[in-house]
Amino acid sequence: MPSAPQNLTLPIYLDHAATTPCDPRVVEAMLPYFTTIFGNPGSRNHRFGWEAEAGVDKARAQVAELIKADEKEIIFTSGATESNNLALRGAALMYEKNPQGSGKPRGHIISCIIEHKAVLDPCKRLQKEGFDVTFLEPPRDGVLTAEMVKAALRDDTILVSIMWANNEIGTINDIRAIGELCKSRDIIFHTDATQWFGKMPIDAYADNVDLMSFSGHKIYGPKGVGGLFVRRKRPRVRLTPLVDGGGQERGFRSGTLNVSGIVGLGKAAELAGREMSADAIRLGKLRKKLEDSITSRLDTCAINGNRDKRLPHITNISFGFVEGESLMMAVKEIACSSGSACTSASLEPSYVLKGLGVGDDLAHSSLRLSLGRWTTEQEVDYTIEKIVAAVKKLRDLSPLYDMHKEGIDLSKVEWAHH
Amino acid sequence: MAYGPKIIDHYEHPRNVGTFGTQAEIKQRKDIGVGLVGAPECGDVMQLQIKVGKDGVIEDAKFKTFGCGSAIASSSLATEWLKGKKLDDAASIKNTMIVEELSLPPVKIHCSVLAEDAIHAAIEDYKAKNGLASEQAKAASAH
Repeated sequence: MPSAPQNLTLPIYLDHAATTPCDPRVVEAMLPYFTTIFGNPGSRNHRFGWEAEAGVDKARAQVAELIKADEKEIIFTSGATESNNLALRGAALMYEKNPQGSGKPRGHIISCIIEHKAVLDPCKRLQKEGFDVTFLEPPRDGVLTAEMVKAALRDDTILVSIMWANNEIGTINDIRAIGELCKSRDIIFHTDATQWFGKMPIDAYADNVDLMSFSGHKIYGPKGVGGLFVRRKRPRVRLTPLVDGGGQERGFRSGTLNVSGIVGLGKAAELAGREMSADAIRLGKLRKKLEDSITSRLDTCAINGNRDKRLPHITNISFGFVEGESLMMAVKEIACSSGSACTSASLEPSYVLKGLGVGDDLAHSSLRLSLGRWTTEQEVDYTIEKIVAAVKKLRDLSPLYDMHKEGIDLSKVEWAHH
Repeated sequence: MAYGPKIIDHYEHPRNVGTFGTQAEIKQRKDIGVGLVGAPECGDVMQLQIKVGKDGVIEDAKFKTFGCGSAIASSSLATEWLKGKKLDDAASIKNTMIVEELSLPPVKIHCSVLAEDAIHAAIEDYKAKNGLASEQAKAASAH
């Protein structure tokens, strides 16, 4: 095993698709809002409230500018999970074709089996409550097209929810074309843009998005804050709120605003707007180096998902004949995610990789590596050495690799399933 | 997963890794019993090989495992315990002994079960190759 160069700090964080550190400039912008500017923006009759409201207004403008939307179209939430719930549930209940208990389907919703759980689970709950939901199965490369959505449309389709970029494999869907299709049929279109927002450009109207979820902590902002874009023109999208109360956020989301968090999200959005293109170019090169080096030095490994339609900073690589958890143990100095959920006791391989048709054997042994604003080339070089050494070590231990080298077809072996 | 020091030690320094030859060669060797248990899609495959002397004592044992840290540790430990044991004594190794020795967490108990299965499979394979009555046959004739 290679040892770490002296100026490299271990472990190396390559899990930016899970969360990112706060940018110090974001923290600096937030700090006054904990102490001196502590007011409730809902307090309309004193300076404390006005100053807090000014901070929220600025953040709303910063987010709106990043996605080329109007400030009134930004609803702040506790994060993308809440945004997804509000979008899906709120739109389904508002646009239902038949009331609950009528015996007829309340409306048809289209989503996809490799969406994040924060989309899948609200859809499944709606299904239980009388909506029909079609979960599209993506092709092997993970990219959904408008044609695939079109084939699933029905006369009673009210809502389509397709993520902009996938969190596990980084693949990008054709959001603009899917949005255009939905628009032509007067169907509400929601996209979970958690991985795309702040990393790649968004023009909400040109991209034909009606509802769009995003999060603060994926873009070097704080955790516990996110938002939902709710389109106000052509069409003006309405939602049934999930949380009732003081009527904040134009009634879409009651509750005293998380002012410091919102200020942080705003600052993070402003910085993203300025720095995303340079970050994307730099990280795209590093990711390519990571992928090319690993795949050229190891046989039987595969990069999951479309090779071109993908985010610059995420890669997901499967390694044949090694198992995910032991691979994670062998690369413990690299903080990343495993396609295997062995570490969580469920012992199930990734549903996203299975959804792409990746065999269980490969789905069990994949690593998601996601780079970020402060990832260095030196860290990437070290990661390459570590992963190559780990896979070689585990293959020396693997009976499957021996059988593969002897020319035995593993799919033809009669395994004793347990 | 937070593992105890014994699992980590076996994972980082596995004992008796290897084989006594290719799959084809091993098939011809009467002094070697092979246990291959588990399935790739379940995330664990253990291969345990025992080399048995004429006196019925296990002279050497080797393993290769595709699996999690606990699976690797369980099979590594099994090879240590098998060496020098008579076949019947080897057959009495229980998964609970492995659980206790390694302090396996509850979600990993199946790894110890798999190791026990591999031990039995290797012994059965050796007996079948040498025309000895298997444990199951003995049990059946006793009734």
